Amino acid sequence: MLKRFFENRIGVVGLAIIVVCLLVAAFAPWLAPHDPLAVDISLQGMEPSEAYPFGNDEFGRDILSRVIWGTRISLGISFFSVIFSLGLGVTLGAVAGFYGRTVDNVIMRAMDATMAFPAILLAIAIVAVMGSNMFNVVIALGIVYVPRFARIIRGSVLSLKSREFVEAAVALGASDAAIIFRHILPNCLAPLIVQTTAGFAYAILAESSLSFLGLGAPPPAPSWGNILSEAKDFMLDNPMMTVYPGLAITFAVLGFNLLGDALRDLLDPRLR
Amino acid sequence: MYPVLKIDNLQTHFHTRTGVAKAIDVVSFEIGKGEIVCVVGESGCGKSMTALSVLRLVPHPGRIVGGEIWLDGENLMAFSESEMRAVRGDRVSMIFQEPMVSLNPAFTIGNQLIEAVRIHRRVSRTEARERAIAMLRRVELPAPEARMDAYPHELSGGMRQRVMIAEALLLDPALLLADEPTTALDVTVQAQVLEVMVRAARESGTAIMMITHNLAVVSEIADRVVVMYAGRVVEQGTAEEIFTRPAHPYTRGLLRAIPSLPLGDDDGPRQPLYEMGGLVPSLTDLPPGCAFCPRCPEAFAPCDRERPPGFALGSTHAAACWLHRQEAER
Repeated sequence: MLKRFFENRIGVVGLAIIVVCLLVAAFAPWLAPHDPLAVDISLQGMEPSEAYPFGNDEFGRDILSRVIWGTRISLGISFFSVIFSLGLGVTLGAVAGFYGRTVDNVIMRAMDATMAFPAILLAIAIVAVMGSNMFNVVIALGIVYVPRFARIIRGSVLSLKSREFVEAAVALGASDAAIIFRHILPNCLAPLIVQTTAGFAYAILAESSLSFLGLGAPPPAPSWGNILSEAKDFMLDNPMMTVYPGLAITFAVLGFNLLGDALRDLLDPRLR
Repeated sequence: MYPVLKIDNLQTHFHTRTGVAKAIDVVSFEIGKGEIVCVVGESGCGKSMTALSVLRLVPHPGRIVGGEIWLDGENLMAFSESEMRAVRGDRVSMIFQEPMVSLNPAFTIGNQLIEAVRIHRRVSRTEARERAIAMLRRVELPAPEARMDAYPHELSGGMRQRVMIAEALLLDPALLLADEPTTALDVTVQAQVLEVMVRAARESGTAIMMITHNLAVVSEIADRVVVMYAGRVVEQGTAEEIFTRPAHPYTRGLLRAIPSLPLGDDDGPRQPLYEMGGLVPSLTDLPPGCAFCPRCPEAFAPCDRERPPGFALGSTHAAACWLHRQEAER
């Protein structure tokens, strides 16, 4: 399995990008040359220099340091929101698929209703109602992506439920919980892993969009979307200011997408 | 002394859009302690549904609409769902047809056997493990300790079915429901697996209700035989009675339909294989008389109007056929 993964160059590239991002996020305090929040009016809007390789923003803050710290915030928010959607989505999907009928209808129609809203619009609405702080952004993004997980798990549960080993477990007196956690969920890990990886990519994009619109991590916290948002006023004078955070977003999303595709190829038995 | 299993006027119906399908029109029979009873009949005659009804696991939209099922003198129909769950796998267990897919592919054999013990018994993992290994030895799985760490896909079909038998007999159940346990296996291992199952069950005093359409298997292992047709028991008796003096035309037809190799003293030209004409009647629209009447070569006056009750032909032999009315009254 591992060997086959490493034979897939695209997957390895994706994994490498993600590992780099994670390392940057983990070691941000040591990697960043300056304090990302330190304001210095004398450096306002400076071109890249030796001390400040990416230049300085409108408050004279070091853009490189902000992008580095932004990795931590953007990945962090994405991580927790994916965990949130994963937990809630798997639970709802498993319950819907396993118990079927009315329960299924109620849960899945709620999921359909959630999916009927454009993802970003729904996230904006939730943040607007609850107030914009990092915790609420996590919740908002989490809720938005719950239906994707719920649908995938429900589908797998439906197909697994009628498999003989599940019936055999029922005939052996296993409880509903044992059936779901031992016999069903471990057998739908493959689609779940793929969806989770893809989920990170969506979440990073969505978090950046929210921050860009001023509804994400509240300024002056340096999330990639914030940095981009603050840079957009200077786009004509110093276009590179928008390029750095944009590149960071692109790279992270690309990394997760590449990894997701590679895992899909690896775990999908039909493609073997 | 109660029989292990007593099925009393069981009725299991499927409420479908096109009407009520009487998968089990009405079925009654008993299984004594340690007895091996084979239930035979065509596909769709209600054999498997009878077994699933005993575990109260009839799939939706089916429902047990009438009758009683007694296990060691206790009425299972009166049990709550959690009481039923305690019965399944402990006092009554079931082996399914497909050994290839009856084990969870995500866990090792040992892990699954140990869990099967621990669902019902509060024992340590080591103790459960020892019990599982002892059971694997009893079903003659080679190198049981090593197999405990194997995943299902690493075993052959015959080995997997042995594991399933071990899993079903782990807790010395009073009754084992075996739904065509060898049909999916290679002919050469069928006999071995059957033999192992019967021996292991005998050792623990477990009665077996074996569902099959393989009459060769029946003659090999059955103490008693129950013949079902269209959701009813048409004949039951000891294996000897069924094979030497089949009383119901359907049973006779089944026995004639066994292919035989024309060897030895068979001088005449080869006979074409006997084939019973017609089809099983639709379960949503059973005829008012005997369900077998439309296909019966011996049908006469009352057959298409009145359902024949079971006529006793001896202390252990009974057939639901009007042919035997006089005989039974005598």
